[in-house]
Amino acid sequence: MKLRHGTFSYLPDLTDDEIAAQVRYALLNDWPLSIEYTDDPHPRNIYWEMWGLPLFDLDEPDGVLAEINACRATFPQHYIRVLAYDARLGRQTTALSFLVQRPPVEPGFLLTRAEGKDRQQTYSVHSYSTSAATRPNGSDRR
Amino acid sequence: MAEQAAKDRWDPGVQTYASMGYYAPDYEPKDTDVLAVFRVTPQEGVDPIEAAAAVAGESSTATWTVVWTDRLTANSHYQAKCYRVDEVPGRPGEYFAYVAYDIDLFEEASIANLTSSIIGNVFGFKPLKALRLEDMRIPVAYVKTFQGPPHGIVMEREYLNKYGRPLLGATVKPKLGLSARNYGRVIYEACRGGLDFTKDDENINSQAFMRWRDRFLFGMEGVNKAMADTGEIKGHYLNVTAATLEEMYERAEFAKDLGSVVVMIDLTIGYTAMQSMSHWARRNGVLLHLHRAGHSTFTRQKTHGVSFRVLAKWCRLIGVDHLHAGTVVGKLEGDPATTRGYYDTLRDDHIPTNMANGIFFDQDWASMPGVMPVASGGIHAGQMHQLVDLFGDDVVLQFGGGTIGHPLGIAAGAESNRVALEAMIKARNEGKDLLKEGPDLLRKAGERCHPLEVALATWGDVTFDYTSTDAPDAVPTASL
Repeated sequence: MKLRHGTFSYLPDLTDDEIAAQVRYALLNDWPLSIEYTDDPHPRNIYWEMWGLPLFDLDEPDGVLAEINACRATFPQHYIRVLAYDARLGRQTTALSFLVQRPPVEPGFLLTRAEGKDRQQTYSVHSYSTSAATRPNGSDRR
Repeated sequence: MAEQAAKDRWDPGVQTYASMGYYAPDYEPKDTDVLAVFRVTPQEGVDPIEAAAAVAGESSTATWTVVWTDRLTANSHYQAKCYRVDEVPGRPGEYFAYVAYDIDLFEEASIANLTSSIIGNVFGFKPLKALRLEDMRIPVAYVKTFQGPPHGIVMEREYLNKYGRPLLGATVKPKLGLSARNYGRVIYEACRGGLDFTKDDENINSQAFMRWRDRFLFGMEGVNKAMADTGEIKGHYLNVTAATLEEMYERAEFAKDLGSVVVMIDLTIGYTAMQSMSHWARRNGVLLHLHRAGHSTFTRQKTHGVSFRVLAKWCRLIGVDHLHAGTVVGKLEGDPATTRGYYDTLRDDHIPTNMANGIFFDQDWASMPGVMPVASGGIHAGQMHQLVDLFGDDVVLQFGGGTIGHPLGIAAGAESNRVALEAMIKARNEGKDLLKEGPDLLRKAGERCHPLEVALATWGDVTFDYTSTDAPDAVPTASL
C-alpha cells in the first residue's frame, strides 16, 4: 500500500527541489522546521522519533536538506517527514507536515474486529511493520 | 426644565420610547456592554428615531405603557440605549440602529437567554415593517463565561494528525432512501479514495428506511476499513439529531463507543440542546459538527431576520467545532465579501470592524478556540484553485455530488478532489498565482491522475452565477 500521511501524500513523491520550495515557504512564514522518522506509520502514532531538535533561525533551505539527507542515510528503511511549526499565539501547533522518504516496501495495516454484543465491533488498526515477525519486542528501533 | 422632564417620564399612559430613555445619542458604550446593530424599516409615518428607540425598549425593559414598578429598580441601568441611527446607503426607508445593552441583562453563558432578550419579542413589533439584527459585539466579559468550541481548529488538527491543507468531506447522496449497507459502502469508498470525512445530511436521522443504529454500525465499518487501507484517520459525521435530548445523548454515546471521532447536530435542535451537546462533545473527546439546517429562513433576506454573522458568533460561543459558512462559488447563497466576514468571525481571534465585509464592530474572542468553517454545496474539483484562494487552509471543503457523481466511481471522485487540493496547496506554497495559473495547474495534475482528468472534463465548466440577496449595504458593494 501507499501510506497516506502528510500534506502531499496523494501527489508523486516530492523531489529535493520541491522539498526545498516547501521548506522555503515555511521559512518565509517564520516556521521552524524539524525532521522525524519512524518504522511505525500507525495513524495514531503521533510521536515519531526526532532527528535532533527543531531547526530554529535558518534563512535558507540548504541546512534542512542536509539534515534530511543525513537522516535518510542513517534510516534508509524508515518513513521520514518534515514538519513546520507555527508558534504564533492562537496557533502554537504544526503548520505543515509532509513525507520526504518512504521505505522501499510499505506493508500497510491490518484491521481487526473484536465481536461485541448486538453486532457491535471493536476495531483496531495494526501496522504490519511492527508485527512480531518483523520486529521482536524490545528490539532496538534504531 | 430637565427636572420637570424627569418627572413627566413617570406620567401614566403611553409615552414615546425615545422620551423614556431608550434613545440616548450621548451615551458612550462601555467595554462590557453587549452591542447590537439592527436594520430598522419603520412603517409609513413612524419616526426612525422613535422606531429605533422602540427596538431598544422592546428588546430590554419596556412595555407599551408607563409602569410605576420601573421605579422600584435602577431602571436606567437595565434600559437598552439606542445611541446611534444611520440611514442605510442606497436603501430609502431603512436605518441602522445601534443599541447598547448592559451586561447585567444577560445570564452568564446562556445563548437561550441572550437571544430571548435581543430577538425575543421585538421582531413582531407592529410599528416596524421589518427588522434585521445585522451584527453584535459580544464583550470579552461575556465571552469569558463560555468555553466555546469543544476542541477548536488547532485541537481538531492535532486530533486528526492533518496539517497544512483544508480537510475534505462529502455528504452521502442520495440523502434519503439508502439502506444502511449501501450507505456504509458510500462512506467506505469516499474515505478510502482520499476524503478525510463523510457526512450524514441534515435530514438523515432515524427513518424507516434506515434506523440510526444500523447506520452507525455500517458507517463505522466503512470508516475503519478506510483507515486501515490508507493509514490516516477518517471520520463520518454521525448525525445524532433526534426529537429529545435524551435520545441524542443515547445516539452520541453509541457513536463514541464505536470509536467515531465526530458526531453531528442540526441547528433545528435549538440553542440549548446545541450547548448541551457541546458540553457532551468536550467531555467525551468527540468533534462536534453543526449543520445550519433552517438558517436561511431568517438569515437570507437583508431586511428581516438575523444575519448569519450574528448566528456564527452565537455558534462559536455555544461551542461547535464545524459550522457551514458558505462557498461563494457553489450552489447556495453567498456574497464573497459577506462570506469572508463569516469566515473571519469563526476563525480569527480578533476581528476588526470592516464594513465592506459586513463587520460593524471590533470583536475580540479572548483566545477562544476557532470554529472550522465548512464550505459545502455545489462545489467541484475544477474550482479548487478558487476555493484555496478564498478560504486558505482552515476549512472543510465538502464535495458531495462532486465525489459521488464521478463517472469512474466514488473512490475515484474522492481521489480527484484530494489530488486537486494537494496540487493547489503545493503550488500556492511554491509562490504560484492560483487565480491565474490554477486551471492550468489542475489540468497538469490531471495528466498524472486519470480520475482528476475525468472530473475536470465532467464538471470543469459548471458555475452558479447568481446575484446574492444578502450583501452588506454599509458601503457600496461590487456585484458578482
